[in-house]
Amino acid sequence: MVIDKVKKVNKKEESIKNEKASDMLIGKWVKCSECKEILYKEDVHNNLSVCPSCGKHFRLSARRRIKQIADEGTFEEIGTNISTKNPLNFEGYLKKVEILREKTKIDEAVKCGICKINGEKAVLAIMDGNFLMGSMGSCVGERITLAIETSIEKRLPLVIFCVSGGARMQEGIISLMQMAKTSSALAKHNKAGLLYISVLTDPTTGGVTASFASLGDIILAEPGALIGFAGPRVIEQTINQKLPEGFQKSEFLLEHGFIDKIVERKDLKDTIYKIIKLHKSSK
Amino acid sequence: MEKMTAWERVTLARLPERPKSLDYINGIFEDFIELHGDRNFSDDKSIVAGIAMLKKIPVTVIGEQKGKKAKENMERNFGMPNPEGYRKALRLMKQAEKFNRPIITFIDTPGAYPGMGAEERGQGEAIARNIIEMADLKVPIICIVIGEGSSGGALAIAVGDRIVMLENSIYSILSPEGFASILYKDSSKAKEAAEKMKITAQDLKKLKIIDKIIEEPKGGANEDFETVTKRLKMYIIKSINELQKLSKEELIQKRYEKFRNMGI
Ligand SMILES: [Zn+2]
Repeated sequence: MVIDKVKKVNKKEESIKNEKASDMLIGKWVKCSECKEILYKEDVHNNLSVCPSCGKHFRLSARRRIKQIADEGTFEEIGTNISTKNPLNFEGYLKKVEILREKTKIDEAVKCGICKINGEKAVLAIMDGNFLMGSMGSCVGERITLAIETSIEKRLPLVIFCVSGGARMQEGIISLMQMAKTSSALAKHNKAGLLYISVLTDPTTGGVTASFASLGDIILAEPGALIGFAGPRVIEQTINQKLPEGFQKSEFLLEHGFIDKIVERKDLKDTIYKIIKLHKSSK
Repeated sequence: MEKMTAWERVTLARLPERPKSLDYINGIFEDFIELHGDRNFSDDKSIVAGIAMLKKIPVTVIGEQKGKKAKENMERNFGMPNPEGYRKALRLMKQAEKFNRPIITFIDTPGAYPGMGAEERGQGEAIARNIIEMADLKVPIICIVIGEGSSGGALAIAVGDRIVMLENSIYSILSPEGFASILYKDSSKAKEAAEKMKITAQDLKKLKIIDKIIEEPKGGANEDFETVTKRLKMYIIKSINELQKLSKEELIQKRYEKFRNMGI
């Protein structure tokens, strides 16, 4: 009903595109979307894709995130046999996915695997916002569930990096049920007494927020990430006013008690490692 | 069963005069005592909950409550819960588990409320918490979609052992209008979207998301409320009997497999 008032969502897509364009490189240079500073591409890249001038954390692909978190050469991917299905026979969906695969060189919005983090073995799932906004359909839900089940079976800690625009529209109700599937698997994980660290990155919204993202034993977030259930535009249209600066950002969630800690990208690997290590010692 | 377009069912599902959760609760159960509040922030009137008797079985009932008239709809926030509503539901579901009572939920919402306060108080966390807890509750849970079951706001009280829909109810990832504006960039294409989204009870039965369709009279449940109530009551009693034969472990495992198999 309220959602119905959202007209012209294409505006949203446009602004995302604009943001990307400004994030992305005009030749060798890039303009920071936050501080508007013109930055040298390589400097940003060498700084883990964090603005050297203002500290804005730019979005990362799953591939680059794995490089930053997993020890070199240790990531063994699982669930690659699980691929996108079209349960509602939605016109043009699989074609769109195919084109996206070619373009992005990734096969879905999440990569899962077993890896080592400073020598500690863990199951790692990393979502990728470049693939249909990191939306969760049956493939994402199934891979995340497989990661959780692998973590239970091998009694390894679980780390999930979230980035998602919400549910995969083209899979309708099946997408909604992935929230129940992944959360039910986490209920088992819980009972097995295993550690789950959830890391929220920009943006984490919708069905992912309302399922596994919010269910970590420990929930970390990158600075300045948009995290919420409803998107800012939907809220603005509902309440008919502009949201205050910083609403639904990591810092706001920390203040309201919904995340444990904000961790800068350069410290993420070590922080995760220390938490895993501590939990191992208590056994 | 009647042949109708998805959009016609959307219209029926949203009729103001269509019976709401409290109508079914009072029609099916005896001695309903409403219980209030999440013990943390407030009492959300868009979710009603309490204890009641069903024949000789004590049960816990929870329902998303829309109003029929404008004033009641305002009070009920059009059936769009805030986090407190979900937390009240969870508190009473945990209580049901403690006293070994089956849980019956009625789903009827356009979605969880997308307001500032809802976000400040963790709407996403509240929904996620309900889902993970419901997956592990050691009592039978029967979930009935009576009108509009939209988005995570519906799922937050719809993880159970039996998922049932009234013939003219709908269950979807979001409203057809929202869907149309996202995928077709035009919310006026909602009718078209409704057909493609697979949101009717008939579609969801085919997709194996729901277990049962409860038939309604021509024109919808409001045309013969008593008959629909009787059918629902029979189904609930039958399901509780079946589910109570299972051990707690079997119950949880079957519920797990039910959702585990949805999708790929
Ligand atoms: Zn900057």
